[in-house]
Amino acid sequence: MTKILNVHNLGKTYVSGSRKLTVLDDISFDVDAGATFSIVGPSGSGKTTLLGLCAGLDKADSGTVELCGTTIETLNEDERALLRNLKVGFIFQDFQLLPTLTALENVSVPLELQGAKNAREIAIELLQKVGLADRSHHYPSQLSGGEQQRVALARAFSNKPSILFADEPTGNLDEETGEKVVQLLFELNKETGTTLIIVTHDLDLAKRTQHILRLKGGKILTNQAMNVS
Amino acid sequence: MSDRPITSKADLNWVLKMAWRDGRASGKRLLLFMASIILGIAALVSIQSFSKNLKENIALQSKSLMGADYIIDTNQIPTERVQTIIDSLGADAQEVSFASMAAFPKNGAAKLVQVRGITSKFPFYGELETEPRSAASTYHKSDKALVDGTLMLQYGLKPGDSIKVGNSTFAIGGILKSVPGSSALSASFAPTVLLPYNQIEGTGLLQLGSRLDYNYYFKNDQEIDLKELNETLDPILNAENADLDTHISTSERLGRTYENFSKFLNLVAFIALLLGCVGIASSVYIYIKEKLRAVAILKCIGATRKQTFLIYLIQIAGMGLVGGLIGTILGLVLQQSFPVLLQDFLPFTVELSIDIQPILTGLLLGVFMSVLFALLPLMGTWYVSPLQVLRIQEGPLAPRKTILGILAGILLFIFGFSFWLLRDWRYALSFVMAILVTFSVLSGIAALFMKMVKKFFPSSWGFCARQSLLNLFRPNNQTMTLLLAIGVGSFLISTLYFTKDMLLAKASLENSSDNPNIILMDVQTDQKEAVINSIASTGLKILDNIPIITMRVANIKGIPVNTIRKDTTSAIKKWVLNHEFRVTYRDSLLPTEKLISGEFIKKIPSEGLVPISLSDNLARDAGVIVGDTLSFNVQGVLMKAIVGSIRQIDWARMRMNFNMVFPLGVLESAPQFHVLSTNSPNVKTSAKLQRELVREFPNVSVLDLRQVLLLVQGILNKISWVINFMAFFSILTGIIVLIGSVRTSKYQRIKESVLLRTLGAKNNQILKITALEYLYLGVLGSGIGILLSLVSSQLLAWFVFDSPFAPSWIPFLILLPGITVIVLLIGLGNSRSVLNSPPLQILRKEGV
Repeated sequence: MTKILNVHNLGKTYVSGSRKLTVLDDISFDVDAGATFSIVGPSGSGKTTLLGLCAGLDKADSGTVELCGTTIETLNEDERALLRNLKVGFIFQDFQLLPTLTALENVSVPLELQGAKNAREIAIELLQKVGLADRSHHYPSQLSGGEQQRVALARAFSNKPSILFADEPTGNLDEETGEKVVQLLFELNKETGTTLIIVTHDLDLAKRTQHILRLKGGKILTNQAMNVS
Repeated sequence: MSDRPITSKADLNWVLKMAWRDGRASGKRLLLFMASIILGIAALVSIQSFSKNLKENIALQSKSLMGADYIIDTNQIPTERVQTIIDSLGADAQEVSFASMAAFPKNGAAKLVQVRGITSKFPFYGELETEPRSAASTYHKSDKALVDGTLMLQYGLKPGDSIKVGNSTFAIGGILKSVPGSSALSASFAPTVLLPYNQIEGTGLLQLGSRLDYNYYFKNDQEIDLKELNETLDPILNAENADLDTHISTSERLGRTYENFSKFLNLVAFIALLLGCVGIASSVYIYIKEKLRAVAILKCIGATRKQTFLIYLIQIAGMGLVGGLIGTILGLVLQQSFPVLLQDFLPFTVELSIDIQPILTGLLLGVFMSVLFALLPLMGTWYVSPLQVLRIQEGPLAPRKTILGILAGILLFIFGFSFWLLRDWRYALSFVMAILVTFSVLSGIAALFMKMVKKFFPSSWGFCARQSLLNLFRPNNQTMTLLLAIGVGSFLISTLYFTKDMLLAKASLENSSDNPNIILMDVQTDQKEAVINSIASTGLKILDNIPIITMRVANIKGIPVNTIRKDTTSAIKKWVLNHEFRVTYRDSLLPTEKLISGEFIKKIPSEGLVPISLSDNLARDAGVIVGDTLSFNVQGVLMKAIVGSIRQIDWARMRMNFNMVFPLGVLESAPQFHVLSTNSPNVKTSAKLQRELVREFPNVSVLDLRQVLLLVQGILNKISWVINFMAFFSILTGIIVLIGSVRTSKYQRIKESVLLRTLGAKNNQILKITALEYLYLGVLGSGIGILLSLVSSQLLAWFVFDSPFAPSWIPFLILLPGITVIVLLIGLGNSRSVLNSPPLQILRKEGV
């Protein structure tokens, strides 16, 4: 099977004053295209840093990341942005919608960046899929947390990404709303064949993915395939 | 990847769309940024446009301003050579003018006026505006006088009443509203009385001592090249103490005078604009800081640095354009008020028209200055990392080189623009330096203040006082901006106030009976005793009795003045060569004089040259020191003298001061006249004395210093009104920047206030915290501004006005509390919504 993400000997260190803090140390793993994959670990284990490096949001100090066949260390910031626009989707714990744009505009931005002519139509269709067609002209501040995360889901799938990174997607939601969002996430993932990488410390959510990578203190604890039906 | 295009497919249209979408939701805040520059632009455009109109009007009306194509003027009876030139050119009209007392038999009053006796053809261009209109053409035939309108009003005169000038009495033919070549301002010192030329002789005032001016007016019927005529004849005429002025050169000179004034006003307007730009920079800083998260999201989902940067750049530029547009329209409307504001200073009516250049300047400045001053905070969008969506990091910092580059750009722009306004790189550089110093001092003191508060934090203070003090250096605080806005505003107003104060103090009279307030000029030697007796009979004391002899410089250090005139490298000032000096002789120094070199010689020594004493400014302008020789032409007789001493004179004291003083024993027998002075305790005595003197001695001119001072005061008030009007823009801009800064930090303040309320703080505690915070800012900002203005006024006193400076308490007593109250009100107005609503409602409403 084709690998969509290849991580080799990844390392990241932060310097705070005179102190050096190693956040990730020699991390290597890969992810099959179309798979579901979760990264788990306690707070401070380096999960979010790893996600940032895999998605090309940050630069590693050592090692390489090959995303969708491209070694991202060779790209400059704008090239990485373009790669994300064409191949990557994101979902964040605190939704990260653009506060000054309506739900519809939020969903259509990634498509507009690609220069797609039918961005609006696709965005309306996606909002329908997440059950928010009637709220398309509302601003994020006029939506509940669950609704905001569903808009974020619609945005994440709008550019038909090859890979989708979700950082604690249910972290800011109550259990019931969280469950609905997760169901929607997996449904859309199945429908589009996107690779899904979830960063979470919710083990129940992680168990619903085909693969779990456990981190502790910046190192891989286990890298385990799951039996998911 | 490497062979793929690295630009995103979204085009400029998308960037514009995003700028619009985002701006739509931030409209109110952008509006406030915009307001910061509107007034500055309005002030600049109005002045630029008016100056341009003024210049065009002067050029268009140059002939009617002079009333002729060219004039030859001299302040003595024309010499043979000058008369030959005048005759060969064929003067079309002539005038003799002088200052004299005029009496009004109707009410017995007397007043110093400017008598102008003119032949009938004048003016050839423009018109004599009179009421009734026909009086302008009939006064000559009927031998009547035309009298200045204000003077007629002051003394309750009507056409048909009479006016006595010298020995003659004339019927007033009409009210004189305007004469080519004189402004309301010049007429206010000595109002004009126009008489037929042939009637002047009969007044008996054309005698020694009278300061007569002879003007010969020419109409250029043969279409001579006036420039060439000026170049050929002027040097010849100058050598004969005459002068040629063409309508072109006169209008150019007039244009330059107004240009200087408009340059000054332009700078005041430019300061208002700069202040607005500081407001923009600070508001954009907070605005962009709050947008960085959104920028990171956009980058995360694929937007490039250029795209995100352009979104906000376009917003700011758009805001600058709209601000520039509104400011320009406002400026053009404002321009309409200028002719009214400046009517006393303009010798003609200004026709206003709309010119494209000031409009373009306004629009371009709006866009360019907004972008330039917003560039530093805007760079944040370029350097923010998409990782911000996952983890909040410290704000992105642009590289040092970029920051320095932008700051250099700002300074270069300020220099370039002021150079464009002033056309002199030294002045422009001084202006930039002055701006830098003012801003640095203000921000330096603000920084020092915050540091001191931190270091010596008054921990023992109550909760509210401590909390309000803490607010001054909270993250994202606006202390610096607020102090700059308040400080620069207060600095400007209070400097203007002190300057006006200084000018008025300089011109005020020392109120003691030993200081003259009435000066009698042109007293002939044979009249002297009679005049003294006449004054003594009213019970007043003669304070000065000064003989005056008129003379001109004939040569300096052995070189004839004509040779010096031709020498283009000579540093000797032209006025020294052309001036008719009024000289006196005495044996002692006055209390207003100080010897700075040489020895003051009381009496002429038995042998050698005549040792004279010069004022330091004359010695400097004539390029002589003690021991140098000078020759004078004393009414036809040549006299050699040597510089015996140099005196420093306190010209600010209103005394009869002289540039040149001779020792006793030289000039006693020369033709001379006298100046007497006395002190009249009140206006009534002064009026009575003037009436009597004018009746008995019609040739004696009486200068009432009280009246002169009132006039000076009136003029200064008018000028300061115009300057205050411009300073008002700076102050209003300061207030807008203040409102902008306060509003920008509103969300943060509200969050804190709500938190405090949630924790149980009462409304009046929150109110107290806010009130105290703005009180500190108001007192500190205006206090520093006023203190700084003390320094600048002292510098002005030393270097410009050359007079002592005793600051008044008014700025401290009125300005400081006034500005503080405004700051307080703005601050409290901002937190009203916090106090009146429940915490949750505010959080929901404000949460964007």
